[in-house]
Amino acid sequence: MQQFLNLTTTGITFGVLYAAFALCLVLIFRATRIINFAQGAQAAFTTYLAYELVVERDQPYWVGFLVALVAGFLLGAFIERVVVRRVETGPEINAVIVTLGLFVALEALIGILFGQDFLGFPAPFDASSGFAVGDTQIAQTANDRYRILSVLVALGLLVALFRFTDVGLRLRAAAFGQEVARLLGVRVGRMLTLGWALAGLFGSLAGVLIAGGGFISPGFMQTSVIFGFVAAVLGGLDSFVGAIVGGLVLGLTQSYVAGYVDGDLVNMGALAVLLVVLLAKPGGLFSSSVARKV
Amino acid sequence: MLEVRDVVTTYGPVLALDGVSLSVPAGRITAVLGANGAGKTTLLRTVSGLVRPKAGAVELDGKDITRLPVEAMVQRGMAHVPEGRGVIAELTVAENLKLGGLFRKGAKDSEADEVYDLFPALRERRDRSAHTLSGGERQMLVVGRALLARPRVLLLDEPSLGLAPRVVAQIFGIVRDLVDRTGLAVLLVEQNAKSALSIADTGVVLNLGRVVATDSADALAADEQLRHAFLGF
Repeated sequence: MQQFLNLTTTGITFGVLYAAFALCLVLIFRATRIINFAQGAQAAFTTYLAYELVVERDQPYWVGFLVALVAGFLLGAFIERVVVRRVETGPEINAVIVTLGLFVALEALIGILFGQDFLGFPAPFDASSGFAVGDTQIAQTANDRYRILSVLVALGLLVALFRFTDVGLRLRAAAFGQEVARLLGVRVGRMLTLGWALAGLFGSLAGVLIAGGGFISPGFMQTSVIFGFVAAVLGGLDSFVGAIVGGLVLGLTQSYVAGYVDGDLVNMGALAVLLVVLLAKPGGLFSSSVARKV
Repeated sequence: MLEVRDVVTTYGPVLALDGVSLSVPAGRITAVLGANGAGKTTLLRTVSGLVRPKAGAVELDGKDITRLPVEAMVQRGMAHVPEGRGVIAELTVAENLKLGGLFRKGAKDSEADEVYDLFPALRERRDRSAHTLSGGERQMLVVGRALLARPRVLLLDEPSLGLAPRVVAQIFGIVRDLVDRTGLAVLLVEQNAKSALSIADTGVVLNLGRVVATDSADALAADEQLRHAFLGF
């Protein structure tokens, strides 16, 4: 029982972080049909900015946190406006290749600016000890709860933005019916920039949360990109709910496989879930039934 | 109100419009008729800026709008209802309607009631996702959405496509009524020439990108030779 609880709490923590990352990919994919492979490198870059402030310049954790989020927003907007916009009119594969190039370039830039070493990144809350309920020890730390809560709050704000505001309506219109949106006066270009900016912000949040209490190196987000992508595909690639559920399914699977089967088989477990889901429902768990030309 | 002058539009090597001119006065319905491939849809897309003409000009109230971005057209008073029922299927009926007036500052959600009064079927479905609507309801939704933009010129592309005659008559009746009451100018593109001429004031017949006839709707409907050659009835 104790093992089950601990594996579940660990799985949820990782699942939520994968979900946050999957959400970035979904945000961009459903508007532009582009998988942004640079997302992880963008998040790594902004996490290094936070590191520079918090560790090297002794600023409070929250200053670094805020700067990372703002930088993520701006970097996302910049990449869409300056780089991706130029290749958007061509086949989608062109833009995807460009994001792969950005991924390599950004990681190299991080290496040049900050070096290749592993650097300890602080956590704002206790990241080493769990808590006890009666006799049962739960391995979930205060930092884990902070990670989960942060993602949930950010997700709530994002959903509220999309659901209840005029900007959100414009964002959805631009994503789902570009030509119609333009005919109705929606500045689609601006909405795409904003979408990339929001994805950048969310990615930066995920980056800082993943780094907290651990170590960063230029490629520290690579596994998150891969598992975030798997989570997004599990969820259907164009659904927010799908990204969250996909992330949780993946996180829990990995945790259970590690605990009950073998730690070396974690990635095989992730792959098995992906295969089973895609065989049963090729569009992913929450794919919309609306067919679309790709 | 809307003037199209000698417009030439090409798709690569294909000449889609070859010097088309027509005018759409306020308070009138101008129908553009012709077979598939005559250039009707291209004409509307050129007018609203979705495709750029090689030559010629589009003027609204005497001002050249040929090079304006698509997004700016609606602010100038032009609403374009594209072919194939341009509902955004992932949004609800109410959200689709709201988009119609979103570019205006001070647009109120309550304005949607005007559309619900015109098309009561939509009121019952306001919170449903638009992909659950029937073809007729979708057409009502896009026409209603365009009206919430408060346009002075309305471009309608094949509104009768795939709809039951009763629904076509209902939608055409509402458009005709609006034109008479508000002085709206309508540029209607239709393959269904018979119904279109029954509500239009003027007809323009296109064939292979050229205007082959411009006359009053009654005169066109009475011209047997033209009807047989180009209008299919």
